[in-house]
Amino acid sequence: MTLPLFFFYLFSAIVVASALMVISSRNPVHSVLFLILAFVNAAGIFLLAGAEFLAFILIVVYVGAVAVLFLFVIMMLDVDFAELRKGVMQHAPVGIIVGLILLLELLMVAGSAFIVPEAAGAGVVPIDGGVENTRAIGRVLYTNYIYLFQACGLVLLVAMIGAIVLTLRHKPNVKRQDIAKQVARTRSGVETVRIESGKGL
Amino acid sequence: MTPVIGLGHFLTVAAIVFTIGVFGIFLNRKNIIIILMSVELILLAVNINLVAFSGHLGDLVGQVFALLILTVAAAEAAIGLAILVIFFRNRGSIAVDDVNMMKG
Repeated sequence: MTLPLFFFYLFSAIVVASALMVISSRNPVHSVLFLILAFVNAAGIFLLAGAEFLAFILIVVYVGAVAVLFLFVIMMLDVDFAELRKGVMQHAPVGIIVGLILLLELLMVAGSAFIVPEAAGAGVVPIDGGVENTRAIGRVLYTNYIYLFQACGLVLLVAMIGAIVLTLRHKPNVKRQDIAKQVARTRSGVETVRIESGKGL
Repeated sequence: MTPVIGLGHFLTVAAIVFTIGVFGIFLNRKNIIIILMSVELILLAVNINLVAFSGHLGDLVGQVFALLILTVAAAEAAIGLAILVIFFRNRGSIAVDDVNMMKG
């Protein structure tokens, strides 16, 4: 067994095991931590497949942003998770049947698929072995796929606006500073009261 | 690009992770946070497929599309969790069985 193959088996075993723990663990915080483990090891698989840039983007975006977002939400909400675990096994048989059928079909496709030799060399953007991965992606992403890149930006913008609109709320009884109101105040209604010393108010 | 590892290896791992994600949705029918995590697992499996094919066909476009999927997954998680937070504020629980207040 060669070294890359060994590491591939190592990474994929950890990915599969931690994915199983994500869906079966009782505590959602543990689920998020196993999700992080799965993503880090998937980044290792990406590295072995030759996609260095995506591997590190996976760590930055998923582990750094998405998983931490999940953690924040889980810790912010005071949910009785034991209550939610009730009746878990109720749907398990259906899930196992559907999952097994899906897995068999996917494995049949993966096992019987082959690539015609003409297709292998006819890529739209062939990978140049002399250019490092990040530079190659940058060259393609900002030229040929600039509209796709812009669409990604729009998706993120809409998501950001949506998340803010959904979660922002103004409670009626909270006092806030209203600068326009402060500046527009006049002297009317304000008086200076002279108080003799030692008398108190 | 490492031709040492066959394409079938990557596809098998992706298939297993995808199936675990689908099974997770069935298993945790009530807990919407785990359902969102299962969706993330499914998208990860799709990304593994795209990257593996990109490496084996020697075509960079697969990695560009994997980048698009990463973006969509991040946006989906943000919106999903925002909806979750306001749902929890209104109902005090996140059980999916209760999500019928919007039915016409």
